[in-house]
Amino acid sequence: MSETLLDVKDLKVHYPVRTGGLVIGTYTPLKALDGVSFELKAGETLGVVGESGCGKSTLGRAVLQLLPATGGAVAWLGRALNDLDAKALKAERERMQIVFQDPLASLDPRMTAGDIIAEPLRNYRPHMSKAEMKAKVKDMMGRVGLHSTMINRYPHEFSGGQCQRIGIARAMILDPKLVVCDEPVSALDVSIRAQVVNLLMELQRAMNLAMIFISHDLSIVRHISHRVMVLYLGKTMEIAPRDALYAAPRHPYTQALLSAVPVPDPTIARARPRLALAGELPSPLNPPSGCVFRTRCPRATKVCAEVEPTRAQPGTGHDVWCHHWRESGLETKVAP
Amino acid sequence: MTQRILDISGLNVRFATEDGEVAAVSDVSLHVNKGECLGIVGESGCGKSQTFMAVMGLLAANGKTTGSARFGGIDLLKADERTLNTVRGNRLAMVFQDPMTSLTPHMRVGRQLTEVLERHRGMDAKAARAEAIAMMARVQIPEPERRFAMHPHELSGGLRQRIVLAMALLCGPELVIADEPTTALDVTVQALILDLMRELKEKHGTSFVLITHDLGVVAGLADRVAVMYAGRVVESAGVREIFAAPRHPYTKGLLACTPRLTDAPTAVLPTIPGQPPDLQKLPPGCSFHPRCAAVFDRCRAERPALAEGGTLNACFLNHTVAA
Amino acid sequence: MTSAHAAALDTAGDVEGRSLWQDAWRRLKRNRAALASMIILGVVAAVCLIGPYTLPWPYDAIDWDHVEAMPPNMELGHYLGTDSVGRDLLARTLVGGRVSLMVGVLATMVALFIGVTVGAVAGFVGGRVDQLLMRLVDLLYSVPLTFFVIILMVMFGRNFILMFLAIGAVEWLTMARIVRGQTLSLKSKEFIEAARASGGSTAGIILRHVVPNVLGVVIVYVTLTIPQVILLESFLSFLGLGVQEPFTSWGVLLNEGAAELEVNPQTLIVPAVFMTATLFCFNFLGDGLRDALDPKDR
Repeated sequence: MSETLLDVKDLKVHYPVRTGGLVIGTYTPLKALDGVSFELKAGETLGVVGESGCGKSTLGRAVLQLLPATGGAVAWLGRALNDLDAKALKAERERMQIVFQDPLASLDPRMTAGDIIAEPLRNYRPHMSKAEMKAKVKDMMGRVGLHSTMINRYPHEFSGGQCQRIGIARAMILDPKLVVCDEPVSALDVSIRAQVVNLLMELQRAMNLAMIFISHDLSIVRHISHRVMVLYLGKTMEIAPRDALYAAPRHPYTQALLSAVPVPDPTIARARPRLALAGELPSPLNPPSGCVFRTRCPRATKVCAEVEPTRAQPGTGHDVWCHHWRESGLETKVAP
Repeated sequence: MTQRILDISGLNVRFATEDGEVAAVSDVSLHVNKGECLGIVGESGCGKSQTFMAVMGLLAANGKTTGSARFGGIDLLKADERTLNTVRGNRLAMVFQDPMTSLTPHMRVGRQLTEVLERHRGMDAKAARAEAIAMMARVQIPEPERRFAMHPHELSGGLRQRIVLAMALLCGPELVIADEPTTALDVTVQALILDLMRELKEKHGTSFVLITHDLGVVAGLADRVAVMYAGRVVESAGVREIFAAPRHPYTKGLLACTPRLTDAPTAVLPTIPGQPPDLQKLPPGCSFHPRCAAVFDRCRAERPALAEGGTLNACFLNHTVAA
Repeated sequence: MTSAHAAALDTAGDVEGRSLWQDAWRRLKRNRAALASMIILGVVAAVCLIGPYTLPWPYDAIDWDHVEAMPPNMELGHYLGTDSVGRDLLARTLVGGRVSLMVGVLATMVALFIGVTVGAVAGFVGGRVDQLLMRLVDLLYSVPLTFFVIILMVMFGRNFILMFLAIGAVEWLTMARIVRGQTLSLKSKEFIEAARASGGSTAGIILRHVVPNVLGVVIVYVTLTIPQVILLESFLSFLGLGVQEPFTSWGVLLNEGAAELEVNPQTLIVPAVFMTATLFCFNFLGDGLRDALDPKDR
């Protein structure tokens, strides 16, 4: 658990968006991700939560260099990934994989399950024989809980959960060290969700994987993560070890998110207080001054509009970006 | 004491496809009492949406229904298109998962609201505008006058869903059928929409059918819950009973595999093994038996009926008296 | 978990999957009109190919005893009559069919090859490459077709191969636009991103993932392009830019027949029936393919 695999510093992804006139437009940067830093060790899972538009999917793709970063650095085993050329990047990418949200859309409909799972092998092990490849694919299918006799079937012949297993098998076949999971269970049914979460955790333990688990579902993130990062409008609000974040969240946004999670218990669901967020998500093209969360924050004061909060550390490994983190907010303990 | 405003009895929905007939809904009987919220829980393909699409007369062309669905003295399944049109959108409204599908993209949202009022309630333009803005305020849309003139794409997902809800409520419907109304929304927005629906139910006595896959959503809003699996209702009870003491193994499994913020994190989540069945090749006996931990011989041969046994459920384990 | 169970089944035979192509083929076979069209097209092609060898008269031989248009005459072996200079009409129609079908298929193949390559590359690579290729397409679109073909013919002389190239060079434009549009929508699909994350190169992704997935639309467009090309060829022949005497095509025959319509209607009717039936079948087949390949849009 000691080796630092990934060191992300001040990562920024800005898209130029044309605004203004028809002919002479100006470009305003859309700050999808604006200065996010974290480290990841082997065997560790970082949960990334936030609402749509917070930059969590951008983060996963920027780490894997599937999207060009505007600024900051991604160091992989001590090597800077940002300035590698295409060939060197391809070599590094062998150990980093991604699992997507939509299980069916992430599989080529014209290819068989076997071909899909074997694709990374064809790219990285061009000399591997057909028979060897097939054996490896079949073995992998077994490990993700698919019948290896299904190797010649096409994606549309599988259920959603099985398609996601194919996607996971593809990500795992090269023995990666890092897997980014971008909402891997959001599109799945409740009864299948738990199966896939268990599978991911089992593979993580067996392969000592580092995992970035992106999700909007705070209950599942709590289950699977060692540390959790909360994003809002492309910025980190809070990052903390799992238990610290869920038991004593310091940022009002984290508190609001936690209080909004639906609880499958009628008594608690109807009785507990809720920290409602005022207003709408501001446009990322024109983020608020100072703290980006201030327009919806129940604790916002004058200072929030003027000064961008700096990092505060309420505990070991617990960072929060809020001027008012010391003030006790809503009692967020969800337990009765 | 309670008045049933919707009474579905023995509903079957069959789809004719190239590969044969699909039994989407089988022998479903449900009712909604006045002023209550009935939660329908199940996974994709369990028939929860199709049941109410059939009730609304909105099934795809290859769908066939049998049974009855009585709503205010009309059997909706047998009513002609004209009768249905006087009921739909007027006394019976529907809210879908994706608000974009129920809003016309090129029309201002205000106009979409006033159109309903002018058509169904014969209001003049001025009165309709006032009423529409009042309704937008009621569903807690901030600055309704400004939003009135906006197009759907200019609004956030949460606001769009509020517009759809406002549209559904315009004619003072007796029943609103909400099909996964918050699934496409963020958690904080979802919480606000659910609060809003609860308020509408409590203050204005609107009845709801809440179709969802999320037990958490049902827990906060529904009065009674029906759990569906493979086209059938497998358990039905009051919301507190079903969460405190579920009787059907499928309901138990669903509850167990939903992680909660209050549980201690465990290494392995409880699961329901296997996949939901293919509706064209349903297993004999109880449709859930291939995934059930408590299966015994009778489950494979005979289908349990929905009967009293702690709750109203379809499992032989709870029907010891009848067996 | 289930892995032990799965391993135990390893020895059993692998289950065969049913690809989207097989599904489409199954649906196409169920479409009677499309199936009949396919059969008729096959018969027409076979007859055009083999027919001329079995007839008593070659297509370019003049029956010197009857140097004039003649109605069908079984005894002389002119089963469908002769044209104005006494050549056997059936033989000429079949040989003309060879030329027309060959022009149709080959020119479409040229269009297919250029169009798919340009469209897929422009759509997938994007940016400057896309701009450049698509402006080229726009530019070529604005050149009048006949003018273009006439220039080619004048520059290089009348040449059969040249006609394929000329027609193909015009027809690929629409194909490129269609393929580019399809590619753009494919590009945002997660499986393309997945392929990139698995270390695929741009060329590899285009060949393995983009082309097979645009092929469905392309095939439909091909079946609808072939009749267009056949018509275009007849138009060029009509202008005297097509195939040359004594060689012939359906377009040439129609042109000649039109002049004789009042005196010898069979000289128009025979090639017209063949050509119309063929075009009709291609269009039917194209419709059937569209339904079969994209069942959602029906």
